[in-house]
Amino acid sequence: MSEELFVTARNNALIDPSLHIWTWEVAMYLFLGGLTAGIMFFAALITVRNKDQVAPFAAARLALLAPIVLSLGMTTLFMDLEHKLFVYRFYTSFQVTSPMSWGAWILIVIYPVSVLQILSTLRSGYSFIAEFVDRLTIGRLILDWSERYRKEIAFTVIPFAVVLGIYTGILLSAFSARPFWNNGVLGILFLVSGMSTAAALVVLLARQHSEKELFTRIDVVLILAEIGLVALALISLASGSAQHLEALESVMGGSYTIPFWVLFVGIGLLIPLLLETLELSGINKSLAMLAPVLVLVGGFALRQVVLDAGQESTWTNYDTQYSSELLQRLQQLD
Amino acid sequence: MTRFAMVIDTRTCIGCGDCVVACKTENNVPEGLNRDWVVEATRGTYPDLKTEFRSERCNHCSNPTCVTLCPTGASHLWKDTNIVLVEPGKCTGCKACIAACPYDARLVMHPDGYIDKCTFCHHRVEKGLDPACVSTCPTSCMHFGSLDDPHSEVSQLLKTREYKVLNPETGNDPNVYYLT
Repeated sequence: MSEELFVTARNNALIDPSLHIWTWEVAMYLFLGGLTAGIMFFAALITVRNKDQVAPFAAARLALLAPIVLSLGMTTLFMDLEHKLFVYRFYTSFQVTSPMSWGAWILIVIYPVSVLQILSTLRSGYSFIAEFVDRLTIGRLILDWSERYRKEIAFTVIPFAVVLGIYTGILLSAFSARPFWNNGVLGILFLVSGMSTAAALVVLLARQHSEKELFTRIDVVLILAEIGLVALALISLASGSAQHLEALESVMGGSYTIPFWVLFVGIGLLIPLLLETLELSGINKSLAMLAPVLVLVGGFALRQVVLDAGQESTWTNYDTQYSSELLQRLQQLD
Repeated sequence: MTRFAMVIDTRTCIGCGDCVVACKTENNVPEGLNRDWVVEATRGTYPDLKTEFRSERCNHCSNPTCVTLCPTGASHLWKDTNIVLVEPGKCTGCKACIAACPYDARLVMHPDGYIDKCTFCHHRVEKGLDPACVSTCPTSCMHFGSLDDPHSEVSQLLKTREYKVLNPETGNDPNVYYLT
């Protein structure tokens, strides 16, 4: 036998019996951060590729959503902080070894980049807001300037969007103490998932048929890429050390098997892939609005499952064989 | 860097838990939280059983991932030693250090919202005293000192006895040693 028991109590809040420090607030932030990255990326991509006619929504109106979605995400992230008054401490230092510190600064840099992107298409996308800005001389000059450099701004946005999308994954993968996260594929997986959810959002919000079709096509490619990356992530765990194998177990029969395979892989990837393929081939269009909704649900499910399974994965296991059933039998003997 | 270590003799430890009580008293640890704890590990097949008592706490690693992943520098090393402390005034309560610790439960949540943890009683070490847990141990199975000094008690014990650390494969280079 091998049995370890605590002679003195250990029931530390958020830590015992297994880590549960981060809940839906952080998962929501990771999801919305990825979505923001995708939004900025596609708004820029359409501009760079001169596809304004095919995708007018993405070209002119999509970018405005970026700071709104990101602010929502930062709000839930703030909700997770336990020492909220000291949130400014993220911005009194830069810790080069901490992805979270990088992330805090990336978020600050993203806002002005996003604002520039919005300004560069404000007149064509949101003329009623542009009218107000145009009333001021300086506003008019700024709009003129950003419109003139619209393409250059779009080129600048792309790397920032990619960094934002990838960092949320790197943030988790840097935790060597959590075998489930400690995996280089995670950054790319979160980036692709973020782009896929943004493409789904465009399909939901765009009015023009050509735009819906373009982004459905894009989404099919992204979902296929995501399936490949999920497979790579699992292979990476399966070929790892004992801790990685144990972490893998949580989605291969363990407590996160159903959320992972049914909610994320099934409902979030395979069903929308099927629906989108059917739609593009013209076989079934009746469920056109369902696929993008499922992609968004799947994007959140991915973050939540990875967040939860990662926290449960650990290096330190105590072989406690406490059994309430055994205890009851002993009590009956008395 | 001064390397402080705790050396605990699992053969003379009787698992009384005095170290835990001493810690709570010395550091006013909030109710319900534990900076240290005692584990009783039994291995073998009856009647050939072997029991070992381990008083566990933060390992004050030489390569502390909780420090490298802290986004604000709140989690830091004290005065060029391996003693890992948290500065409450810099801590946002993001909990990254909790996730970063491969020994789980090294860092506990203070009710005020910042991260609290074992300090190796640096306020006592500063005065040349042992940490409270070490000085209170009734079987004197706990030892504290610098590994830089080859003549220190901890260095001598590690030179002459068999020992282990918890999960050395984490790469964190822990500094709480268990004599076996």
